[in-house]
Amino acid sequence: MADLRETMPSGSHGPDLQGRGPTKPDTTKSEFMDGLRECLPVLGAVVPFGAVFGAIAVDKGLQPAEIILMSALVYAGASQYVAMELWATPFPYVTMIVSVFAVNFRHILYSASIGRKLHRFSPLQKSIAFFGLVDPQWAVAEKRAASRDLTVAFYAGMAVPLYCVWVVSTAFGVMFGRLIENPAAFGLDFLLPIYFLTLLMGFRSRPRWLPVVIVSASVGTLFHVTVGPPWHVAFGAGAGILLAAIICKQEDAGKQEGTGKQEGIGKQEGET
Amino acid sequence: MSLESLLLIFALAAVTYATRFGGHAILARFGALHPRVEAGLDAVPGAVIAALVAPGIYSQGFPGIVAAGVAVLACFRFSMISSITISLAVLVGMRALLG
Repeated sequence: MADLRETMPSGSHGPDLQGRGPTKPDTTKSEFMDGLRECLPVLGAVVPFGAVFGAIAVDKGLQPAEIILMSALVYAGASQYVAMELWATPFPYVTMIVSVFAVNFRHILYSASIGRKLHRFSPLQKSIAFFGLVDPQWAVAEKRAASRDLTVAFYAGMAVPLYCVWVVSTAFGVMFGRLIENPAAFGLDFLLPIYFLTLLMGFRSRPRWLPVVIVSASVGTLFHVTVGPPWHVAFGAGAGILLAAIICKQEDAGKQEGTGKQEGIGKQEGET
Repeated sequence: MSLESLLLIFALAAVTYATRFGGHAILARFGALHPRVEAGLDAVPGAVIAALVAPGIYSQGFPGIVAAGVAVLACFRFSMISSITISLAVLVGMRALLG
């Protein structure tokens, strides 16, 4: 673990410039390795998550090929779990599609936000990148993009192993599902929330971070208790985003315009 | 593998991909963004992650809230992996103590 430490966020500056000596050239390989390092802490959570999905799906009566195909094509853990909850014969097509859309609604925000930072990607690379835009992938890419250009190599360094491990761990769960009886004993059920919490802390130097986090966390929890999942994400996030738009000062906005953050938008009509 | 379940899996994959591509596709239709829209988009990571994790921590009850607090404090001092490890150790310890 010691060798990972230098690339992980340990202060308010994030992982960006650490662990990269001045002599180290900014090559495709080093970018790929940076991405690979970022994905390591996530794998501990992905393996049980994928394996449990595989085990549940077997229980629900899906065939092994269907289960692995679903992980390979849908590639969205939370919504695959929801699909399993609803899996029945005859298929409740509409309910399932609407529920999966609701669970994945947050990806629209991810896509809108990270899409502004993909100006180094070709249209085809973008299309593939969006396929792999799962929660940790997006959060890590955002953090990277905050300090430097997001490269295809960095993105792939995280996305490719993450995807492969997801599909393989699903297959593992299909075969040996019974082995993971009690992930709670190791606190594994809490690994994902804590992982995201530390990522959240990595964004704390952003403007308006604290008020946004407080509002989104409160509204999200409130909706989770009253309305129930998955709507807490959309409403909680929506409240924080709205707050940021309202309290943004004009001079802030002027500064942002000057930093060229808008590159990569506005000239891409041909791709849509 | 039945044709029906195959169709369903393809449909779910299409819906998921639509959300992942859609936000960018919608945004790309507009030219320059209003500063307030820009500020809102900059708040997306914090807002979404906070809304995503807060209920999960809250529903874990006391041990979860303490472990989360430890993780937040640890982030000021330690690396991400160390913070996660410390926090999970606190959680497992508290669960053991509180039964």
